[in-house]
Amino acid sequence: MESSGRAYRDSINAIVEPLDLHFEEIDDWNCCGATEYLGINLIPAYSLIARNLALAAKQTHPVNGTEGTRTVVAPCSACYLNLAKADYYMQERPSLGVKVNEALAAGDLQYTAGTLDVRHLIDILVYDVGLEKIRSAVVRPLHGLKVAPYMGCMLPRPDYQHRWSDHEHPTELDDLLRALGADVIDYPLTTSCCGGHMTQIGPETAFELIRRLVADADERDAQLMATVCPMCQMNVDAYQNEMNRFFGTDYHMPILFFTQLMGLAFGREPKELGIGVELVNSRNALAHIGVEVPVTQEPAAPRKKVEGLPMPRRWTKHEGRKEAVK
Amino acid sequence: MPQMTDERVRAGLTHEEDLSLLHEVSMKTAGVSRLEMCIQCGTCGGSCPAAQDMDHTPRMLFAMLRAGMREEVLRSNTQWICVSCYHCVVRCPQEVHIADVMYALKGMSIRAKLYADSTAPDFSQTFIDMVESYGRSFEMGLASRHYLKHFPLRLPGMMPMGLGMIFKGRMALVPKKIEQMDQLKKILDRAKQLEMIS
Repeated sequence: MESSGRAYRDSINAIVEPLDLHFEEIDDWNCCGATEYLGINLIPAYSLIARNLALAAKQTHPVNGTEGTRTVVAPCSACYLNLAKADYYMQERPSLGVKVNEALAAGDLQYTAGTLDVRHLIDILVYDVGLEKIRSAVVRPLHGLKVAPYMGCMLPRPDYQHRWSDHEHPTELDDLLRALGADVIDYPLTTSCCGGHMTQIGPETAFELIRRLVADADERDAQLMATVCPMCQMNVDAYQNEMNRFFGTDYHMPILFFTQLMGLAFGREPKELGIGVELVNSRNALAHIGVEVPVTQEPAAPRKKVEGLPMPRRWTKHEGRKEAVK
Repeated sequence: MPQMTDERVRAGLTHEEDLSLLHEVSMKTAGVSRLEMCIQCGTCGGSCPAAQDMDHTPRMLFAMLRAGMREEVLRSNTQWICVSCYHCVVRCPQEVHIADVMYALKGMSIRAKLYADSTAPDFSQTFIDMVESYGRSFEMGLASRHYLKHFPLRLPGMMPMGLGMIFKGRMALVPKKIEQMDQLKKILDRAKQLEMIS
């Protein structure tokens, strides 16, 4: 949220005021280990996650005679899933809870599973704030902007707490974008995976997953995709170019955080919302709703040799798909 | 793989099924794995967006666990290709915690040093090295260390992307450390001891 997810943070900060929301950052939170630590060591992985839960539980103090909050909000799908899973598994298998607490005790911390409600930002917006309130805050409706709502995979699944309308075709993001006035397209791949860490370790697997997402959105005439997760944003945005090169395709599908679109609808300026830092720029898409994105200074592209020696073309197993997908 | 002659199969039938491997994996899985409940229906493999790149579908892998094929299972790339999208998990009629079983298998495969390709285990290790040193992830350090080792040829093609990320303020050049690093270290050290004895 501080580096690659900066646009997400900025846009969240821009929407809390119009919606009378108050968030408090967990003091000294640590990285939850994403999907990496779980595959190496079980107890350390869950202790790392539980430290955040323990800190959050300690921080939820009573305010003005009320009981304080029980809710911990994660804007990132992987953080959300890890926190929710830790809370759930520590109850489902008490021996895990005992060991994790023994580890936490080494740092003078403690967490009783079930103390907190782990929720994702969009859950709060749709079910607590409510679409009515969101609708009433809209001053620049996104009429005419064709958006593919991309929920990603780790948010609606496995959903042990039953928070979502459906595991495979949840409609929360569709509803929210519609409340902003956007022209929401039917997007069957809304909960398909972006490849997660596979862009780093098995690019061919990841590129195929990204291709499916982008190709389907493109085929359905979406002008941009809306996401709820920094990992999805990163994969679809930053790796789209490499994916195009891999398949010999030429997709240009910008992907923005749903909070950036909310900010626009609430009348904020693109720059305050971190719009323009995406690598597949959304300038043309946003022109449809009359939003002008200032041109940012882009780094000079590496010079292309106009007349180089003829090089053998790299033959890939996916060769020939170009015609099939376009 | 040992030859499955008729005699071996017949001899095997006189013994009780050896489910020790299945139980070991089950116990190493977070939560209650329900791995023993698998009915071999194949919904998992059919739901998997990355199955085409796997040596074995999850269903097949679970049958191999039941058959005690330790080495073959831990050598399989299946657990490393799993993208943790939980499609199989919500569709499994037996509610097996499939994605978490994959995490358990990754850990076992690392400890037994049986993974066929070191890219994924190295990435995980580098990632958690960053987290253990700073308490936060450090993308610049992670990416440069990982790509230099495993994808040096991808680097030139990725330069525009990397530079774009840096120029647009999306990638920090120096890591940020949490304040109570010593507390986190104590917790993780204790957790690692607990992992060893469990």
